[in-house]
Parts: sequence; C-alpha cells; structure tokens
Amino acid sequence: MESLAIYVPRLVTTKEYFAPGHRACMGCGEALAVRLVCKALGRNIIIANATGCMEIVSSPLPSTSWEVPWIHTLFENTAAVASGIEAGIKVLRRKGKYTKRTKVVAMAGDGGTADIGFQALSGVLERGHDLIYICFDNEAYMNTGIQRSSSTPLGASTTTSPAGKVSIGQTTWKKNMPAIAVAHDIPYVATACHSYPFDLMNKISKAIEIKGPSYIHILSVCPTGWRLPSDLTIKAGRLAIETGIFPLYEVEKDRYTLNLDFPQLRPIEDYFKLQGRFRHLSKEITSQIQERVAAEYAKLKKKATSNNY
Amino acid sequence: MKRTGMEGSFAIAEAIKLARVEAVAAYPITPQTHIVERLAEFVANGELDAEYIPVESEHSAMSACLGTSAVGARTFTATASQGLELMHEVLYVASGLRLPIVMTVANRALSAPLSIWTDHSDAMATRDCGWIQIFAENAQQAFDLTLCAFRIAEDPIVLLPTMFHIDGFYVSHTIESVEFLEQEVVDKFLPEYRHPYPLDPDKPVTIGAFGPPFIYTEAKKAHEAALRSSKKVILRVWQEFSKLSGRHYSPVESYKAEDADVLLLCMGSFSETAMMAIDKMQAEGQKVGLIRLRLWRPFPTEELRQAVSKAQVLIILDRALSLGGTPPVCSEIQAALYPLKTRPKIVSFVGSLGGREISAQGFEEVIRHGVDKAKQGELDEFEIIGVRE
Ligand SMILES: Cc1ncc(C[n+]2csc(CCOP(=O)(O)OP(=O)(O)O)c2C)c(N)n1
Ligand code: SF4
Repeated sequence: MESLAIYVPRLVTTKEYFAPGHRACMGCGEALAVRLVCKALGRNIIIANATGCMEIVSSPLPSTSWEVPWIHTLFENTAAVASGIEAGIKVLRRKGKYTKRTKVVAMAGDGGTADIGFQALSGVLERGHDLIYICFDNEAYMNTGIQRSSSTPLGASTTTSPAGKVSIGQTTWKKNMPAIAVAHDIPYVATACHSYPFDLMNKISKAIEIKGPSYIHILSVCPTGWRLPSDLTIKAGRLAIETGIFPLYEVEKDRYTLNLDFPQLRPIEDYFKLQGRFRHLSKEITSQIQERVAAEYAKLKKKATSNNY
Repeated sequence: MKRTGMEGSFAIAEAIKLARVEAVAAYPITPQTHIVERLAEFVANGELDAEYIPVESEHSAMSACLGTSAVGARTFTATASQGLELMHEVLYVASGLRLPIVMTVANRALSAPLSIWTDHSDAMATRDCGWIQIFAENAQQAFDLTLCAFRIAEDPIVLLPTMFHIDGFYVSHTIESVEFLEQEVVDKFLPEYRHPYPLDPDKPVTIGAFGPPFIYTEAKKAHEAALRSSKKVILRVWQEFSKLSGRHYSPVESYKAEDADVLLLCMGSFSETAMMAIDKMQAEGQKVGLIRLRLWRPFPTEELRQAVSKAQVLIILDRALSLGGTPPVCSEIQAALYPLKTRPKIVSFVGSLGGREISAQGFEEVIRHGVDKAKQGELDEFEIIGVRE
C-alpha cells in the first residue's frame, strides 16, 4: 500500500505527443524537455512554436513530430500568435462554434523569448491571455550556430561572444526572464529543468489549471552549444540546480516557493568544468561569478522564506 | 437601403460590423485609427460580438490575426505606412499559410522624412507578399469592397488574405454619402467562415512546417496559382454584389475611354479628381479618357490589354517611387504590354508624394504634358511632376 502511494502519483503516460524520429542532436536537453512538457500537457492543447531548434528538428515537410495541433509562423511573434489563437477560441466558444476546453501553449527558445520576442511576450502577459508561455532556455541562439543571446551567462564563449585574448566571452549577466515575467503580475511563474522531470511535469500540470497567463522557464542543456559530451545532459542539468546557478522555484501571485533547496550549494566549478564554453575562465572570474550566484540565491531564498506562513 | 453621410473610416467599420467579424487586432496609426476606434465602440456597446485584441505593435497585430484566423474566426485589422512595413514579414506568412485575413490599408507615405499624408509607397512596398490587393476610391467603394473582400478571401478555392487600399484622409477622413446594406442582405451574401483545416485538438494538423529545397518551389507555385485563379472568384463576387447593390466593380475600369486616343491611368482617390479633368477636356473636343486600376493583385493583364488596345498614348501616374528604378505601376504595365505587337506609347509620371495635392487643372496639365512627351518621343525616363525647383 505504502509503495503504491509513492508510485502512483509518479505514473506518466506512455503516449508521446512529441513523437520520436525528430532530428535533434544526440543528447539534446531541449528535445527532452519538450517531450516531457507535451506528456504533461496531454492532447487537448494547441501549440504555437517559434523559429529555432525545436521547430526545425520537428517539422521538415512532409513529416512532422507533432501529434497535437501545432503552428509555427515566425521567430519573434509566437506569443502574439498564441494570443490570437486564444482569442479566436474564446469568441468561437461564446458563439457556440467551439465546445472543447483547450489550453493554448506558446513555445520559444531563449532568443525568441528574451530578445526578439520580448515585446510580443510582454504584450501577451500584460493583456492577460489565458495561455502558457514556455521558454526553452539553452542559453544561446543554437539553431543559427551558437550565437550569444541576452540569456547567455557571463563568461560563456559563443560564436558572437568568443573568448579571446582580451575577452572572457559573454560580458553581461544573464537576463532574469522569470523575474521580468513576475513583474508583469501574472498568476504563475516557474522555472524547471528536464533533469527534474517530475518537478517539470507538475509545474506544467499546474499551469494548465491556471486561468490567465503562466510563464515557465526551462533550462535546457545543449550538448552541441555547451561543448559537452552528449551523455552528460542530465548531469549538467542537475549541476545547474545543485550549484544554485539555476534554482527551481515557483511564484504564485506574490508567493515564492523554492522547490529544491540545498543546505550547501555545490561550487560552480563542478558545473563549469564539464563544459567547453567556460573552459577559458580564470579563477578570478569564476570566483566573481560564484559570489554573484550565492548572492542571487540568497535573495531568492529570502523571498521564499519571507512568505512562509 | 439607407443612405447616410459618413466618414470613410466609419463606413468601413459599419461594413465590418455587418460582416459579423469575430476578431479584430488593433494598433493605432494615422490615418487608419478611426476605423479601429469605431470598432472598439461597437464591441464595447455589444453591437459587435468580436474579440478585440489591443496589441502592442503592428507586427503583433498581424501575428494575432494569424492565430485567430487559423482557429477559424473571421478576422480583420487595419493599418498604414510604417505599421504596414512593420507587418511586412508577417504578411508573407498570412498568405503562405492561406489565412483569409482582411485588412484595410489607409495609404500613407513612408518615413523619412516623416509624413502622415497620402501616397502609395506603403502599398507598393508590399506588392509581392502574395495577398489579393484592391484599391477603393471613395467611402462607398470602401464599404462595398470591404464586404466583398471577406467573400473573396474566404472562398474555399481562394483562402488568401485580402488587403484593400484607401487613400489616407481623402477617403478615411472625408464625409461622404454612403448607401448601406441591411444586415439580412449581408448575412445572405456572406456565409459563415470555416477554415477547412483549423487548429483543432480532435484533428491535429501541423501548420507552418519548414520547406526544404525539394518542396519549397512547389509550395510557392501552388501559392502563385491560387492567387492567379482568385481572379475568377473576384469577378464572380463583384458580379453578385452588383446584383445586390446596383454598383459594379471590375479589375480595370474605363471612364469615357471608348474613343480616346490618349488614356490616363491611375489608382485610388486620384481617379475621382482626374474624372473632372477628363470631363472638361472631352467637352473641349479632346479624345482623352481615364483608366482606373481597381485590382492590383492578382494583376489583371488581360483586362488591361483590352482596355488600352485602341489608345495611342497611355499616361501613367504613379503615387510612389521605386527608388533607383521604374515607378512600380508603370513597370508592371510596361511588362504587361511589351509582348503585344501594337501598344500605346507609355509616358510615366510620378506625382503627389507625401500628400501633395493635384487639382483637376493639374491633371489637365499632366495629360497635355504627357501628350507632348509622347510626340517628342521622350519615353525613356519618368518625370516627377510638380517639383518646386
Ligand atoms: C527575424 C529573424 N531574425 C533572425 C532569424 C534567424 N534565426 C532563426 S532561429 C534563431 C535562433 C534561435 O535561438 P533560440 O530562440 O534561443 O532557440 P534555439 O534554437 O536555441 O532553441 C535565429 C537567430 C529569423 N528566423 N528571423
Ligand atoms: S543545437 Fe542544442 S538545442 Fe539545438 S537540437 Fe542540438 S542539442 Fe538541441
């Protein structure tokens, strides 16, 4: 009995809505994250997908990996397209021409979210459309060949922020997209990672039930862009969380929950040393980053504990 | 049928209401703004049951339209000038995905220098985006052609977005007498919109997949064929509409052109003023006539050839430049007539950029000057008229 109680809530459907046969690189964390998201979403959804790796690997005519209704239009307008789908369903339902209870989901990479699609996303969150926006953050423009985005972490070497004799690689701190989403005062914001599949799927299930916009930011390891052996995807994702570089948390209205807390964070070197993109970093820079990670983590923890009741 | 004095923008909004549009994406830009403002009032008062999406940019306006149209809602938006340019990228997606969105463009010049006044630079910059494009000259035509636009766009063999152009201010802000249709009449004329392949969880479809080289050309060829064959639907819809309203529209319209040796060709509200010049010159015994190009895409090659077949001189007045090239309307017409053994001499003028007026007298001068140029064989280069030196 006892083991059933532990086991049953962890049952996951064997149905795949993001079908096998797509063309993602070996060990692609983003493809894994999409697959888990789709399992949690189920079939009564409509997906709008931005240009980027996931669109390209899943939809070369005449084949498709999508077992659910799916539309791709452009790189920067995914949030806006999704808002149209949501509004369209709303009016058709009002007129009795649409009877299903369908959730609309927008999916984009970090470039399509934090940079070029930022305006459309902000518009959608502000207007309060009933949809889920998911950012698959692999920390660069991977589809066009590993160029930096505003979501690339400081010190990472990319093709447009290469490490060189006088450069450490990316010279700016990673843009805090979840915080920006929270600032829009929406009902639900969460971070997740494919290396914690149940946490990820629970958050998606929660977002489905929420009325209004939810924003979910999923760290998605990219072996190709991070210069990482493809069998280390899961490990890298875990280390991002264990080092406090990418904490897993939720914000419901103003209430913060840290989903996985550690009495002691692992040193960021453990995470950095797996990856070629940080290989060049000096001790000095690494400790600067370490300081920042600790400070940011402490801030988040404070928010999470201060609203404990 | 009631007749009311009304601003052109409001007449269009009335047509949208009568069309029972279900989704409107709105972003303000002069001189289009009155259209979406009036629609917002209709929605706010419960006179129109539509989702009104007050987006944060024109790029998102057209993007939201992709979404509403793809789930099967009848969709409208309006824009002008910079707004149309900001949509540019999305326009190709709307037509490539065969989504029958209807959009009014209140034509306005493009920056820089900033200008809010009329010309056709914005329309011409979107020439190749795969939409059906129609020009209206006054409020009545704007009302009529708006209703027709939905019928054309949503026809199952067409399924293409349709843009109809009105001249900013001249049509959008001028109060004119407009004859409206009753709701029951419109309901019969315009059946409910149903996209054959909507986004629907019960019948999942993948829309907007990427096209590798082995399939892209075929997809574009299909798009091209669809746009071309939309002409027969356009003709049929306009014919039906004329039975309903008594007002006739055709792709190329001639005004007093039967015996004319000299023809002036223009688009948009210009032709209304040009008619006055033609009337006067004909009264003086001159053999001049007018051609109005109503349908811009698909380009009505056959009708154009027919309309100019007897003329000796064809004077084309463009309201836009193709900087560094031949004015856009003129180059299209040259291309359409070139294969013919006998064709009129073509004189190319550009005028009225950024809202500069041309009076009826101005049109007379244009025609006279054009005839002189044709006589002297000065046909090589276009001329911008009315430039202050
Ligand atoms: C307007 C526009 N600019 C640039 C591009 C080229 N482009 C396509 S995908 C992409 C990068 C995608 O990066 P991201 O959103 O982070 O997703 P990823 O591929 O990393 O999953 C870029 C720059 C485009 N398609 N459209
Ligand atoms: S480049 Fe990275 S994100 Fe893109 S498919 Fe390959 S592993 Fe996945």
